[in-house]
Amino acid sequence: MRPIANTRSATGIPTGRLAIWWVVASEIVIFGGLLVSYIMYRIAHPEWSEQAANTNVWLGGLNTFVLLTSSLSAVLAHKAAVEGDGPKAAKLLYATCVGAVAFLVVKSFEWTTEITHGYTITSNTFWSFYYTATGLHGLHVIAGAIIMLIVAQTAKKNLELHRVELIGIYWHFVDIVWIFLFPLLYIAK
Amino acid sequence: MAEPIPAEEMHAHDDHHHAEQSFWSKYVFSTDHKMIAMQYMFTGMAMALIGGFMAYAFRMQLAFPGVDVPGYGTVTAADYNALITNHGTIMIFWVAMPVLIAAFGNFLIPLMIGCDDMVFPRVNRLSYQIFLLSAIVLIVSFFVPGGGFGGAWTAYPPLSAKAEYNLTSLGSSFWLVAVALEFIAFLLGGINFVTTVMNARAPGMKMFDIPLVVWMIVVASILFMASVGPLIAGAVMLFMDQNIGTAFFDPDKGGDPILWQHLFWFFGHPEVYVVLLPAMGITAEIMCVFARKKMFAYKTFLYTTFATAVLSFTVWAHHQFIAGIDPRMANIFTVTTLLISIPIAEMCFIYIATLYGGSIRFTTPMLWALAFVAEFMIGGVTGIFLGASGADIYFHDTYFVLAHFHYTFFPIAIIGSFAGFTYWFPKMFGKMMNETLGKIHFWGTVIPFNCIFIPLFFLGGIGQHRRIYNYQHFPELAGPEMQDLRIFATVSLLVMLAFQLVFFYNCFISWRKKEKDAGPNPWKANTLEWTTESPPPHGNWTELPTVYRGPYEYSLPDREEDYFPQNVPS
Amino acid sequence: MIGQYVETLSTYASDIDNLILSIGVLVGFWLILCEVIFFYFIFRFRAKDGQRAKYITGEEATQKRWISYPHLLVLVCDVFIVVFAVKVWYDVKQQLPEPYETVRIVSQQWAWSFVHPGADHELGTADDIKTVDELHIEVGKVYHFKLEARDVLHSFSVPVFRLKQDAVPGRVITGWFEATGTGTYDIQCAEICGIGHGVMAARIVIESAERHAAWVAEQSSITLAAANQP
Repeated sequence: MRPIANTRSATGIPTGRLAIWWVVASEIVIFGGLLVSYIMYRIAHPEWSEQAANTNVWLGGLNTFVLLTSSLSAVLAHKAAVEGDGPKAAKLLYATCVGAVAFLVVKSFEWTTEITHGYTITSNTFWSFYYTATGLHGLHVIAGAIIMLIVAQTAKKNLELHRVELIGIYWHFVDIVWIFLFPLLYIAK
Repeated sequence: MAEPIPAEEMHAHDDHHHAEQSFWSKYVFSTDHKMIAMQYMFTGMAMALIGGFMAYAFRMQLAFPGVDVPGYGTVTAADYNALITNHGTIMIFWVAMPVLIAAFGNFLIPLMIGCDDMVFPRVNRLSYQIFLLSAIVLIVSFFVPGGGFGGAWTAYPPLSAKAEYNLTSLGSSFWLVAVALEFIAFLLGGINFVTTVMNARAPGMKMFDIPLVVWMIVVASILFMASVGPLIAGAVMLFMDQNIGTAFFDPDKGGDPILWQHLFWFFGHPEVYVVLLPAMGITAEIMCVFARKKMFAYKTFLYTTFATAVLSFTVWAHHQFIAGIDPRMANIFTVTTLLISIPIAEMCFIYIATLYGGSIRFTTPMLWALAFVAEFMIGGVTGIFLGASGADIYFHDTYFVLAHFHYTFFPIAIIGSFAGFTYWFPKMFGKMMNETLGKIHFWGTVIPFNCIFIPLFFLGGIGQHRRIYNYQHFPELAGPEMQDLRIFATVSLLVMLAFQLVFFYNCFISWRKKEKDAGPNPWKANTLEWTTESPPPHGNWTELPTVYRGPYEYSLPDREEDYFPQNVPS
Repeated sequence: MIGQYVETLSTYASDIDNLILSIGVLVGFWLILCEVIFFYFIFRFRAKDGQRAKYITGEEATQKRWISYPHLLVLVCDVFIVVFAVKVWYDVKQQLPEPYETVRIVSQQWAWSFVHPGADHELGTADDIKTVDELHIEVGKVYHFKLEARDVLHSFSVPVFRLKQDAVPGRVITGWFEATGTGTYDIQCAEICGIGHGVMAARIVIESAERHAAWVAEQSSITLAAANQP
C-alpha cells in the first residue's frame, strides 16, 4: 500500500523521477571518481599506450553502437508507455534487454581474448583500470537489464507504466558511462 | 501551492486495514518510518557503546602503559591500533550518521512536513537492512584471524593494502566491505529524505516554511551523495589491491598511495559537514522553542549552509599539506580552508543572535543545545591552526588535531544526539523524561568532556604525535607531568562513561512509565510533529495537516499565546 | 607559546611559533568575545515571569548588520592569517636554501636509518656513514634531507625544529633545516605505519663543528675499515 506521501508532488516532478535522478547522480560521482583517477594515472604514465594498443577499438565501437541502439528502443518504449500501450512498451523493453545481452556477449569475447593473451587485471595498472571500469559498467548493465525485465513484465499488463520512463533514464545513464569509457579505454592509444 | 487536500486522500491511509501486525512485521520488517528510525537509533547507540568501550581500553593503556585493562586485558601494540582505528570508524559511520541523519531524519521528516510516511517505505527498510549488515560485518572483523583492521580510520595504503604490512589481512577487507555497505545504505536512505521533502510536503508548506533540521538533513544527504562516489571507487580499488594483487596504490608496481588520500579526503572533508549540519539543525529547533524566539535570519542561515556545503568540496587537501603533494598546492588549500571558516562563524553568530531578547527556559534539551554551540566554537576556532599550512607543519598528526576534531565531533555526535533525543523523546514514546536526571547526566557528560580534551590540546602543542600506544618510548614525552595529563584525561573519561548510566536509567524509567504523560505538545512548539499524538499513530495523522506559516513564529506581540503552530489557520 | 615548553632549535621554528601565536591571539579574541556574549545573553535573557521574548526576524538590514559586520571582520582576520601562513609555508617547504650537506633519511617498519656524507662532505661515496635511529648534524649549517620510505608511509618529524614531512614509498622527498642549538632530541614517526609505529623513536644529535667533525672522522674510519675487510 503506497503512502499518501508517494502521491504528492510539491515540485510538480513525479517522485519516481526524482528518485531515479538521485540514483543516477550518485552513480555519476562513483564512475566520475574512478575515471578521474584513471585519467590522472594515464597522464602520468605515457608508457601505458603500449598496453592500451591492445584493446579492440572495433569491438568497442560495435558495443557502442549496440548500446546506442538499445537506448533508442528504450526511448520508443517510453513513447509507447506515454501513449498507454503497455504491451508495446514491454516488447521494446525486451528489445533493449536483447541489446544488453549482445553487449555482454561482445564484452565476454573481448575479455576472453585479452586474458588469454596475458592482459589480466594484475598484469599492468592500465588493465586494472580497464577491467574495473568495464566490469563495474557491465554489472550496471546486468542490473539494469534485470530491472528492465521486471518493469516489462508489469508493463505488459498495462500496470505501472510510469516505470518505463524511469528505467529508461537509468539505461541512458548506463549508455553515457560507456560513451566516456569508449574513448578513454579504446580510442586513446 | 495551498490547494485543499481532496477528502478521499486525507482518509486513504485508514482504508488499508492493517491486520494485527505480528512481532516481525511490526518491529523487524517494518516499513514505517518511525520504526525504522528506532532501529537506526538503537543500532547507533549500541555501536556507541562499542566505540566508547574501545576508547576506554586505549585510554587506559595510554594512562597506565602495559597494565592489564579491567574488562579487556593486555592492550598490545596491535590491539591499540585496531582499537583506535575502529573507535574512529564506528563513531563516524555507525554512530554519528545513523543517529543524526537516519534516526532523526527518518523520524522527523514525514512528521515535520506533514505526510504519512517516506515516499519509498520499502527502499527505506532496505537501507536499514544494509546498514545493519554493515554493522555486523564490522563487528565480525574484530573476531577474524589476525583481528580487526589497525591502519587508522583513514586507511592509507600501502599499509592498508598489503597484509604483509598491516598483519590483519582478513580484518582489513572486512572493514572495507563494512564501510562500503554503510555508504550504500546511506545512499539509499538519501533517496527517501530528499524526494520526500521535495515532493510530499503538506499543502501550504513552501520552501522557507520547512523547519531547519529538515533542510539540514536534506543538504547533508545531498552533500554525502555528491562526495562519496570517489571514495566508493577508491574502496573498490583498495579492495582489489588487498585481495587480487592489483597495484592501484602500490608504489612497487607503479601505483600511487597519494591517490587514495585524495579520494578519501575529497569525501572525508564534506563528510564532517554531513554530520555537522543535522546537529546544527537540531540545535536550531531546540533553541527557538526554548528561547521562544523566531530563528534569526532563517534565510541567511540557509544560504550560509548552502555556501558551506559547496565550499566543503574545495578544502580537502588541508589534510595532506605535508603528505608529499606539490607544496604549491598547499597554498590554494590554505586559502579555501580559511574561507570556509567564514560561513561557519556566521552560523554561530546567528545562534547567538537568536538568543537575544529571548525568554530562555533551561530544560535538558536546551542545555544540550547551548552546550553544542559553546563547545563547537572551541572546535571551530582550533581548526584555524590546522588550516594555516605554515602552522600545520607542526601540528599535523599531533594530539592538537585530535583535540580539535573531538571538540567538533563530540558536540556533533554526542551533544547533538542527546539534544535531539531528550527533545523528541516525549514525541517518540509519549512520556516525559526526568528533568533532574537529565541535568545530572548533562553536567556529568559535558564537564568531564572538557577535562579529557583540554589536556590533549596541550600535549599536542608540545609535540605528542597520534596513534602511538606508549609515550614512554619518547624521552621528551615520557616525563611525569605529561603522564599526569594523560592519566587526568583517562580518569575524566571514566567519570564521563559512568555518568552515561544515569542516561540509561532515565531512559528506562521514563519509557517504563505507566501513564503517557507527554501529550501532543509538551514543549509548546510550532512544528507539525507536535500536532499529533505522542507517539504518533501509524499514518501519523487521521487528517493530514495544511500549513499556513513558517516554523518559528514564537512570541508574536499581537497574540495571546507565545507560539503559533504551523497548521493553525490565522 | 610553544617555545615555553618545547625548545626552538631551527631557523624557522620561531617563525612557525610566531604564526601559531598570532593565530592564537586572533582566534582567541573571537572565541572569548563570542563565548562571553553567548553566556551573557543566556544569563540576561533567562525566562522571567510575565516577560515575553521579543519577536525579531533578523531579516531587516539593521538587524542583519549585527551578523554581517562581524562576518567581514572575520574575513579580514582570515586574510591576515592566510598571508602569514603562506609566507611561513613558502620559507619552509618551497624555498630551499643552498645546502652545506645533504643527508639521506630512510624510514621503514620500524626504524629510521640515516646516511651521512663522510669526511668528503659528499653523499653517495665510499666513506658515507650509515646509522640506525641516530641522526648526527652540525649546528648552524643548512642541511637538505632526502626522505625515503621502504615499505609504507612514514613521516619524519622533529618537534624542536617544528619540522614534519611524510615519507612516501616510491618517492624521494627533499626538505631542509638549519639547527640553531646543540643537544640531543626526539625524532618521531608522524604517520601510522603498523604495529611498530609507537617504537619508531629516533634521536637527532646536533653538535658543534668540532665535535661533529670528530664523530665523522671516527665513523668514516670504521666504515672504510669495514669496506676494506676481505
